[in-house]
Amino acid sequence: MSGPNTDYDPVEVTPLKAEEVEAMREAALAAVAAAADLDALKQVRLEHAGDRSPLALANREIGALPPQARKEAGQRVGQARGAVARALAERQEVLEAEHEEGMLVTETVDVTLPTDRRRRGSRHPLTLQSELIADIFTAMGWEIAEGPLVEAEWLNFDALNLGPDHPARTMQDTFWTEPAENHVVLRTQTSPVQARTMLTRTPPIYVACPGRVFRTDEYDATHSPMFHQVEGLVVDEGISMAHLKGALDHFAARMFGEGVGTRFRPSYFPFTEPSAEVDLRCFVCLGVRPEECRTCRGEGWIEWGGCGVVNPRVLVACGVDPEVYSGFAFGMGIDRSFMFRHELEDLRPLFEGDVRFSSAFGTEI
Amino acid sequence: MKAPLSWIKEYVDVPADVTTEELTRRLTLTGLKLEAVESPGAQISGPLVVGRVLTMEPEPQKNGKTINWCTVDVGDANGTGEPQGIVCGAHNFAPGDLVVVILPGGVLPGNFEISARKTYGHLSAGMICSARELGLGEDHDGIIVLPADAGEPGQDARGVLGLDEEVIELEVNPDRAYALSLRGIAREVAVSVEGATGFRDPALRDTPPANDAGHPVVVEDPTGCPVFVARKVTGFDPSAPTPSFIADRIAAAGMRSISLAVDVTNYVMLETGRPIHGYDADKLRGPLVVRRAAAGERMVTLDGTQRVLSPEDLVVTDDSGIIGLGGVMGGETTEMSATTTSILVEAAHWDAVSMFRTGKRHRITSEAGKRNERGVDPTICEAAADRVVELLVAHGGGAADPGVTVVGTPPPMPTLTVAGDRAARVSGMEISEQTAAEMLRAVGCEVSGEGTGTLSVVPPPWRPDLTDPQDTTEEVVRLVGYDKVPSVVPVPPAGRGLTRVQQLRRRFSRTAAAEGYTEVVTFPFVGDADLDALGIPGDDPRRTLLRLENPLSAEAPCMTTTLLPGLLRAAARNVGLGAASFGLFETATVTLPTGGVAPILPVDRRPTEDELRSLEEALPRQPLRLGLVAVGEADASGWWGQGRPVSWADAVDAARAVADSVGLELAARATERAPWHPGRCAELVLAAVEAGDDGTVVGHAGELHPKVCATLGLPRGSVAAELDLDVLVEHAVHLRPAPAFSGYPVAKEDVALVVDAGVPAASVEAALREGAGELLESVRLFDVYTGEQVGEGRKSLAYALRFRASDRTLKEGEAAAAREAAVARAAELTGAAQR
Repeated sequence: MSGPNTDYDPVEVTPLKAEEVEAMREAALAAVAAAADLDALKQVRLEHAGDRSPLALANREIGALPPQARKEAGQRVGQARGAVARALAERQEVLEAEHEEGMLVTETVDVTLPTDRRRRGSRHPLTLQSELIADIFTAMGWEIAEGPLVEAEWLNFDALNLGPDHPARTMQDTFWTEPAENHVVLRTQTSPVQARTMLTRTPPIYVACPGRVFRTDEYDATHSPMFHQVEGLVVDEGISMAHLKGALDHFAARMFGEGVGTRFRPSYFPFTEPSAEVDLRCFVCLGVRPEECRTCRGEGWIEWGGCGVVNPRVLVACGVDPEVYSGFAFGMGIDRSFMFRHELEDLRPLFEGDVRFSSAFGTEI
Repeated sequence: MKAPLSWIKEYVDVPADVTTEELTRRLTLTGLKLEAVESPGAQISGPLVVGRVLTMEPEPQKNGKTINWCTVDVGDANGTGEPQGIVCGAHNFAPGDLVVVILPGGVLPGNFEISARKTYGHLSAGMICSARELGLGEDHDGIIVLPADAGEPGQDARGVLGLDEEVIELEVNPDRAYALSLRGIAREVAVSVEGATGFRDPALRDTPPANDAGHPVVVEDPTGCPVFVARKVTGFDPSAPTPSFIADRIAAAGMRSISLAVDVTNYVMLETGRPIHGYDADKLRGPLVVRRAAAGERMVTLDGTQRVLSPEDLVVTDDSGIIGLGGVMGGETTEMSATTTSILVEAAHWDAVSMFRTGKRHRITSEAGKRNERGVDPTICEAAADRVVELLVAHGGGAADPGVTVVGTPPPMPTLTVAGDRAARVSGMEISEQTAAEMLRAVGCEVSGEGTGTLSVVPPPWRPDLTDPQDTTEEVVRLVGYDKVPSVVPVPPAGRGLTRVQQLRRRFSRTAAAEGYTEVVTFPFVGDADLDALGIPGDDPRRTLLRLENPLSAEAPCMTTTLLPGLLRAAARNVGLGAASFGLFETATVTLPTGGVAPILPVDRRPTEDELRSLEEALPRQPLRLGLVAVGEADASGWWGQGRPVSWADAVDAARAVADSVGLELAARATERAPWHPGRCAELVLAAVEAGDDGTVVGHAGELHPKVCATLGLPRGSVAAELDLDVLVEHAVHLRPAPAFSGYPVAKEDVALVVDAGVPAASVEAALREGAGELLESVRLFDVYTGEQVGEGRKSLAYALRFRASDRTLKEGEAAAAREAAVARAAELTGAAQR
């Protein structure tokens, strides 16, 4: 049945009659509309638009028609096939969309299920706080200095105007290493780093030294044989207490918030003269109605650390000419600062390695 | 230092409108920090007055008790002047007695509010108070009956009862020893508190001149004891009670009342700052001699302790031998007792350094020692001794012996030369030379040279701490006011930020956290038992520990050589607290001792480079390490299915991640090392080092020995690693070159090789790489098989090879040829047979 059937009598070819073509088209469109899913539509396509569909067969007959009839029949059949093809395409699109939608519905999951397949790590809050402090000072243009934990007695004490018979030596209960004649201690303060800095650099010196220190304090809620300090040291021409105050006020504001400043009270440290205790304006109540404040307990101020103008004796021992240079130094506890900054009453969780503690702070504070 | 305010005000006039709060605020701002204010009457408010009982009518009650219906004259305190009707349950008083009455509106301790209330058929308008109700003691046997001359009805009773006394507690820094006395505190009030005037020095008194009639004293060491004053009181009544003003004041200062004689010496010490010692004069034999002890000499101090003395200790002796540890503690043999009727009073000035050393050597801390080692005014020995004699005579009924022994003279004070503008320059404030001089005079210095630009300053004898120009600066600045120091942010030259080493250390820590490990901080103290628990053998270098002279715990007397003891302890604690799966890490230095001596260098100049080097060389090596431990599951079990337990490979991979953070690759090789499983421990070396070489060791990682896990209470299979971060820092790659990629297609070839089970996979891979040549892009081991199909003692390693050329598409057969070459090389080097 291929090829034009030239022998065919066109008059006899009923399928090309207008009403017949129309019927084929209607039947096809009805079938398309009735196709409920993509499989059904595929079947409809085969039956009504495939090679053996009535319209395809009709199309094939056109060539057999007398020339005068071909045009009209061609148009009629062509239009019908076009309409069916368009209907199929449209229906295809609709059904595909429906199918897609249905598939996504069946793929729905419970997004509230737990997702903690991988262990999450975290960093110790004291490390984070030390880094935060280092960042504050490097942003001011200072540098970060370091030194060993097991330190020469001379650097920890003598160089800092703490001679062997200085009563202040007993203020810092020192761990001595065996034998004591070796004069090696666990540093009781980060100040030997200041001495090291002055011995190895020439002014101007602007350094902060965060680090670990040791004292023979029995371990309890407020004492630890190991804790952390940050000290600052500036040695330059024309440095005064005013610069010390400026640096500490800036540090306080960066660390505890704008508007948090400091207050000086006279004090005593062998390595500074004049010396001062530095109090931090309570960053919770800002001194407004402190009697209701749990952080500063009614003081309006929080004891933060010690500071002062570097004692010229220290400058001399560390090779800095006190006639040309002056300096200031300060120091405060990182652990203690952390405790009041984060409302921690008992310091022991800092050193007991409970994963729940560090995890609570994640990787930044 | 605790000081009753009334005692302070005995020596300085403070205006009535200066509150205690203001006074202590000023003291705090000038350097004597307020610690606390104690006030016995602080919890009482409202009208507490003296009353005179006018009438009392006992009224028996049904409950068996008898109450007294009283009328009490309270003057005008009740606003009417009429007698106050009060019901009282006590019976220890009579009409005409003076009593203490709290009127309605008053509040007693315990927030007990008093109001007029109907009771026992009367309107009782107030309460007659007992000592306990006022918080003055436990005496509740009856109400307080005041002495007949105590006061007038209606008068505030607080003063009568001493309830208005306030005791201030001040923190005294080591350089301000003069403030360990009422004399010093009063002087400070006069200087610091606005309006306070008229300082009266309690140590300024006329004393009888020295004579030869006193007890003989020989000072053999005038450096150790520049001044020694001795006075005697005879006919003393040892049973005489301590007058209440002395007992109350020394109690307020925190000292116990013992006997009149002891209390008086303590009282005068508090008053003047000068420690005093009293001997039972009848027990003394011959002259007193002050000398240094001979090595090994012994004595028993009055605390009953036998002391073996050092040649540095200053002692007081008589013919019987050593009778006192000079300035620190007296001896037992000449101690004053309940039968002492004759007292020798010693007021001596001692060398502060000797006092400090002796106190430290014999572990004696005392009120006297605290003052002597910080420095006492050497000029007031005579005055203090005289004051003691005065009080002993006045209250103990004795007579002052005419003998007055004075040996030595107070050492002179130095003259300091201070630039007139020093205080201004150092403080950053405008302080004129004149102001500086004024302030120095205010604290007792003699100042001259005003207007010349240079001040000559002689500190007062009670300020031995003022030895340098800088010390005078603090005095000036604190009195001008620390609160007036301006705030000026100093501007440094351009900074360089964190050093590279500091940056790298942050990377290590961040990487470990990113790998799922939680950072901990542990103490570095260990003992042998900690290393035993880790199975570290006796000859392991990690057993060479730096020992502490004075460890907090006998179990952990050393500085650790490895981070693992602390980490594993922390891990075990977490397991004990119920944690099932976790990873911990720590970065810290460890201590590898070298045993050097760090010399004590001079401080009057910069040390030489050689001297500094000798310091450095004496210190132990302290490399920075990173340790980590993982327990339980690496990937958790959950609704998604079974999890994956941690394995040795997790520890190695975490170590590799840390190294990778600074661009370094680690190669593993099998090793045996505690505390790891002998068959599951990798020694990690820098991979850049050629195979076969003894590469730089970075650390170790693997599964912990089952015995170690069992000992420490960790689940079997827990894993750990320890890395030397200093090595990683040293070799860290600074600038990593950007990679070049080929855009040509990849050719994939798989190969399975059978080798002896003992052949390391790393060797096979290395051989494959070598044989495959430059077309090889990557090798990945994707399967390890052992079993029947490959035979006993053999294993099959399956590799996916990827080949790619940088400049062309590979021709057919090129990849296969490269694969064959790789296999051939592996066969040659490792005996591998293709499967």
